[in-house]
Amino acid sequence: MSKAKERKENQQSIDVEHWLDAYEQMVKIREFEEKVNELYITAKMPGLSHLYSGQEAVAVGVCQALNRDDYITSTHRGHGHCLAKGAAVGRMFAELLGKVDGYCRGKGGSMHIADPDTGNLGANAIVGGSAGIATGAAFSAKHLGNGRVSVCFFGEGALGQGLFYEVMNMAQIWKLPVIYVCENNLYNEYTHYTETTAGSLVDRAKAFGIHTEVINGQDVVEVYETALRLVDRARKGEGPAFLLANTYRYYGHHVGDIRREYYRSKEEETDWQENRDPLSILEDWLLESGTTDPSVFARIRSDVNKEVEEGAQFALDAPYPDPSEVDQHVYC
Amino acid sequence: MSTVKTASRELTFGQAIKEALAEEMRRDPTVFVIGEDVAETGTPFKVLAGLVEEFGTDRVVDSPISEAGITGLGVGAAMTGMRPVVDIMFGDFVTLTMDQMVNQAAKIHYMSGGKWKVPMVLRTTMGATRRSAAQHSQSLHTWLSHIPGLKVVVPSTPYDAKGLLKTAIRDDNPVAFFEDKLMYSSIKGHVPEEEYTIPFGVADVKRTGTDITLVATSSMVHVALEAAELLAEIGLEAEVIDPRTTLPLDKSTLIHSAKKTSRAIVIDEGHEQYGVTAEIASVIADGAFYYLDAPVKRMGAMDVPVPFSPVLEDLTVPTPESVAETAKVLCGKK
Repeated sequence: MSKAKERKENQQSIDVEHWLDAYEQMVKIREFEEKVNELYITAKMPGLSHLYSGQEAVAVGVCQALNRDDYITSTHRGHGHCLAKGAAVGRMFAELLGKVDGYCRGKGGSMHIADPDTGNLGANAIVGGSAGIATGAAFSAKHLGNGRVSVCFFGEGALGQGLFYEVMNMAQIWKLPVIYVCENNLYNEYTHYTETTAGSLVDRAKAFGIHTEVINGQDVVEVYETALRLVDRARKGEGPAFLLANTYRYYGHHVGDIRREYYRSKEEETDWQENRDPLSILEDWLLESGTTDPSVFARIRSDVNKEVEEGAQFALDAPYPDPSEVDQHVYC
Repeated sequence: MSTVKTASRELTFGQAIKEALAEEMRRDPTVFVIGEDVAETGTPFKVLAGLVEEFGTDRVVDSPISEAGITGLGVGAAMTGMRPVVDIMFGDFVTLTMDQMVNQAAKIHYMSGGKWKVPMVLRTTMGATRRSAAQHSQSLHTWLSHIPGLKVVVPSTPYDAKGLLKTAIRDDNPVAFFEDKLMYSSIKGHVPEEEYTIPFGVADVKRTGTDITLVATSSMVHVALEAAELLAEIGLEAEVIDPRTTLPLDKSTLIHSAKKTSRAIVIDEGHEQYGVTAEIASVIADGAFYYLDAPVKRMGAMDVPVPFSPVLEDLTVPTPESVAETAKVLCGKK
C-alpha cells in the first residue's frame, strides 16, 4: 500500500488502460470464485474447489508480465492463474461441472485445468508436483531458443516438498528462464505456515544463489512491476528467480471448509478483507491518481458479472461427455 | 527367432542401446539424454560411452543426484517440444520418480482431455545376481506396468533393444524402458546396419515348440531358452515367447501359443507376488482355459528383499534348471 501511495509521484505516467485491464481481470477471478462457491452450495458442482479469492493480484500481476506463449504451471487453487493467463470463463465453468465443453473435456475438473493455447501446462493436485514440469518447460525454452519464460505458481506449503529443492538447484546451475512464484497465503491447508516452516521461506531459494524478491502480493502494481523485471532478466538468460508474494486466502482450504475458527480468527480474516483487499488497493490508487472515476469500476464490475453469469449458464447448459470418452486419451 | 536378420553384424546389448540413442539423436535434434554420470562417464555401466563426444554436454546432460527432479524436468521438457531420455541408473531408484511418472507423466494427456503430450523415455535397469544387494538389484517394471498412460518395455536381445528403444523415443507417450544390467556386455546378437524399429505390443516367438509355452521377459528369455535346451534332451519341445513390452501386452500371441501347447509357465524377474507373471498367467488362463491341461505356473523373483551373499542371492531368481524342472512336472515327465 505504501508503495502504491509513493507512486502518486508518477501519476502522469500511469497507463490507465493497463491498470483497468488488471482490475477487470481481478474482478473476473473474484466473481468467478463467488459463482463457484454458489454452484457448490446449490449442489450443481460435483466435488470440491479451492477458491483463489483474496490472492487475485498475484496471478494477474504476474500473468500481465507474460506473453501468451509463455508457460505457467498452476496448483489445486488454480482458477485465478488459468483465468489470468487467458482462459475463458465459460469453458472454465464447464470443466468444473464435468462437461464436454470444458478445457479438458470434463476429464480434469477444478484441479487440472490445462490449456496449450494460453501456455497453461496444467494445474496440479499434487502439492509441489508441477515444479519439475515448469523447470522442464524452461529447459526446453532455453534449448530450443524460443525466448519463452516459465512461471511456476505454488503455495508456501509446497516448500515442504523435496522436489522444489532438486529443481531450483538445476534451474540455477543451468540458468533456466523459470520464475518460482511462491504465494504465501499463510496456511498449509489448515495449519499456519509458521508451524511447519524452519527458517524463512525466501532463504530456501537464496541457498541456491537464486535471485529472490519479497513483495506485497495484495498490490497488483507491485506484483506486475516486479514480475516484469524478473521476466525480463529470465528472457535475457540471466537465470531463474524466486518471487515470494505475501497474500491471503479469503475462503477456507476448499469450499467445504467453513468452520475455520479453530485455526484462524474471524478478526484476521476481516482485517485482510477490509484493509488489504487487492481490488480496493487498486481502486484507491487509481482514484487518488485522479485518472479514474468510480463509475468506471462500477461499469467493469457490472460487465464482468454479466460475463460470469453467462459463462456459468453456458456450462450448466453444456452436455456431459459421451460415455465412449471414458477410455479415450489414455494414450496419444 | 521369427524376426528376419539382414546382416551378420553382432553387437552387445549395451552397444545396441547406445546405437539406438545415437541414431535417434542424429535424426531428431530435440532428443536429449539427462541423468547422473551420463556424459563423460557414459553411465557406470559405460553404456553411453562416447555419446557426449558426438552430441556435447547440451544434449548429454550430467545431472545432480535428483531422480525426481530430472524426471519432472523431463516431463516438462517433453510437453514443450523436446524428447527427453531420462536415465535412472538403477531400477531401484524409480521409486524416487514415482510421483512424476505415475501422477504426472501418465495422466497429463488424459487429464488435459488429450491436449498435452509427454513424449518422454525413462531408461533404467533391472536384474539381480550382480552381488549388489537389496537396493541395487530389483526389477520394478511391474509397478509401472500397473499404470494406464505409461508404456513399459523389457527387451531381451540387442536386436529388440535397439528397435524398441527407437520406437520408444518416437512414441508420443511416456515410456519406461527396463534394461537388464547383466546383459549389457554378456548378451550379444545380430543387429543389422539398416534402419529398423519394432512396434510395441507385438510379442516375439524366440523358439517354436509344441509341448509347453514358456513366456519370459528380459533376461528370463535366455533362462527360458536354456531351459528349452534341457527339455529337448528329454524330448520335450518348449515354445519360448517374449512379450517384449508388458504394457501394451500382446495377449493374442500368448493365448495362441498356450492353446497350441496346452501348458504354460510365465517367467519374469520381478517379485512373484502381484507381479507381471500374475497378470500374464491370468491372461492365458482366461483366454486358453478350455485348451489347458495344467494350471498356468508362475516363476518370479522370490518374495524376499534381494540378499547380498551369493549363496542366498542365487536362490532368489529362476534358473534354466528350475524352469526345466517345473516344465517337466507340468508335462507329466516327473
